[in-house]
Amino acid sequence: MNRYLAGRLAETLLVTLVMSFLIYGLIGLMPGDPIDLMLNADPRLRPEDAARLRGLYGLDVPLTERYLNWLRAALGGDFGYSRLYAQPVFAVLGPALDNSLALLGTSFVAALAIAVPVGVWAALRPQSIADHAVNMLCFAGISVPPFWLALLLIMLFAVTLGWLPAGGVATIGAAGIGDSLAHLVLPVVTLTLASVAGYTRFVRAAMIEALRQDYVRTARAKGATVGRVLIHHALRNALLPIVTIIALNFGALVSGALITETMFAYPGMGRLIYDAIMGNDYNLALVALLLATVLTLLANLAADIAYGALDPRIRLGSA
Amino acid sequence: MARPLLALPLEPDAFWRRFLSHRLAAASAGVLAALVLLSLLAPLLAWSMGHAADRVDLLDRFAPASWTHPLGTDELGRDVLIRLLLGGQASLFVGLAAALAAGMLGTLIGILAGYYGGRLDAVLMRIVDGVIALPLLPVLIVLAAVDLTKLGLPASLAQSGDADLYRIVAIIALFGWTTVARLVRAATLSMREREFVRAATALGASAGRIMLVHILPNVASPALVATTLSIGNVILFESVLSFLGLGIQPPHASWGNMLTGAQELIWSAPALVVYPGAMIFVTVMAFNFLGDGLEQALDPRAGRPWARGT
Repeated sequence: MNRYLAGRLAETLLVTLVMSFLIYGLIGLMPGDPIDLMLNADPRLRPEDAARLRGLYGLDVPLTERYLNWLRAALGGDFGYSRLYAQPVFAVLGPALDNSLALLGTSFVAALAIAVPVGVWAALRPQSIADHAVNMLCFAGISVPPFWLALLLIMLFAVTLGWLPAGGVATIGAAGIGDSLAHLVLPVVTLTLASVAGYTRFVRAAMIEALRQDYVRTARAKGATVGRVLIHHALRNALLPIVTIIALNFGALVSGALITETMFAYPGMGRLIYDAIMGNDYNLALVALLLATVLTLLANLAADIAYGALDPRIRLGSA
Repeated sequence: MARPLLALPLEPDAFWRRFLSHRLAAASAGVLAALVLLSLLAPLLAWSMGHAADRVDLLDRFAPASWTHPLGTDELGRDVLIRLLLGGQASLFVGLAAALAAGMLGTLIGILAGYYGGRLDAVLMRIVDGVIALPLLPVLIVLAAVDLTKLGLPASLAQSGDADLYRIVAIIALFGWTTVARLVRAATLSMREREFVRAATALGASAGRIMLVHILPNVASPALVATTLSIGNVILFESVLSFLGLGIQPPHASWGNMLTGAQELIWSAPALVVYPGAMIFVTVMAFNFLGDGLEQALDPRAGRPWARGT
């Protein structure tokens, strides 16, 4: 087990390194570079000044060397400054991360709270009219463009009915918990609607599979009540793969809901990443993307370990 | 419905019977065929209604629905119906081309990893892990913003009108192959030990021949299903990128960039917000049903309609 863990950890570290180089290279391919921006901002700079500045910031060396310099600084805890916010990168990331976690955490819990009962309910009556209706709704849910859904919700609730604010986190001059919550409603509803369909399909399929198993029949045969069989025997097994889903969605949790946050002007990670990319804030974009990638990789590793702990049939390392 | 007990995936009669029994998939195929046809005929349709396709007419802005403009006109006086169909050309092209490219790349990588195994497999699968861990949408945005001249492409090519279209196909294909690769690898692993593959090896067939002639046809079904199911997602990504101003650039119509323009008209012309989104919605849903139907038709074990894991 420990050897398996060490191996997996080493692999994850290696993949992280490779991905950091890839992301570094990608960011470098975006139009312009920091010196171009300075040149645009200050017309008095001459070409020789630009060359001197490139030397000063280490931008005149090849990509691999620049990457190694960045890596050395990053390993020492120096991730650089954000150009847009004129603050250290992590000082900018912190509040955005909190906002995204609040938004995505709420909608994730809401989506599961709908998906698990509905999925189980549909699985108990396969091929019924109710089941087909759930299926249709699920297909609609996975097919709807989230930004359009956001636009429609804004049109209905903010423009036509005027019940809810169209965006932001607070009304100026009207601070208060109620006001903050009102601003969360539309983004949370958008995200929940966009993700609940996938989870429901998943729960339904897993539940149907679990109900077919011998241990369910055995449990019924020895006299366990229907409710007990459903919850203790079938659902517990069906929900196991949810762990993987959570892990795979962890990156989404960190990189935020780019579309939803942008549509509702919600200051989370997604909008921050979008603004950083659009505003040529290389350090910020780089670290934010990397953070999302690393956390996804770690979450996957954690999910594998959790699997072993939750399901005694799975023994890590022997497979 | 009675079904043959043993049906080979590629036996045509059984295939069509199963596919058509999935009524939503059959209907979706019809809807998509009509959409392809209409979007290709858009210029002709515009001519028949008495105006040039995509023509700006500032004296006829926000016209209500009429015989010449069945869905009215937009903020520049362009016919909305024709622009929806032109946007359909772009979305369908990107969706089909990118999904196909990603599917082929994934099939190639999956077969190589599954057949050779060992170190090649380990490296390829770690690459898959890495790509899956990347936050997809932000990375696509970075790639859509990439300055092609920095990659050494001549400026004339990098800035030509169709460059957006091909760029978007390329970047989606570059990051969309992982699902197909995983499925094909798993299928290849199970094929590798089958008697007919061993027999071919014993008879001295080359590795390339075994992969192409013996393994590829047997792993084509999962690859085809996964590719079809991915078309809808590709169209969603294309529309998001175009909506953000990074995909297909105006004045070329795409459903995504039509919504960008409409977003500001939410008060005055809400219909302009509804139409393009509804087109995306219906098209994506049709491809998803189509993929579902294909899966059911190609995989006898899929059992009852849509009883499958996601």
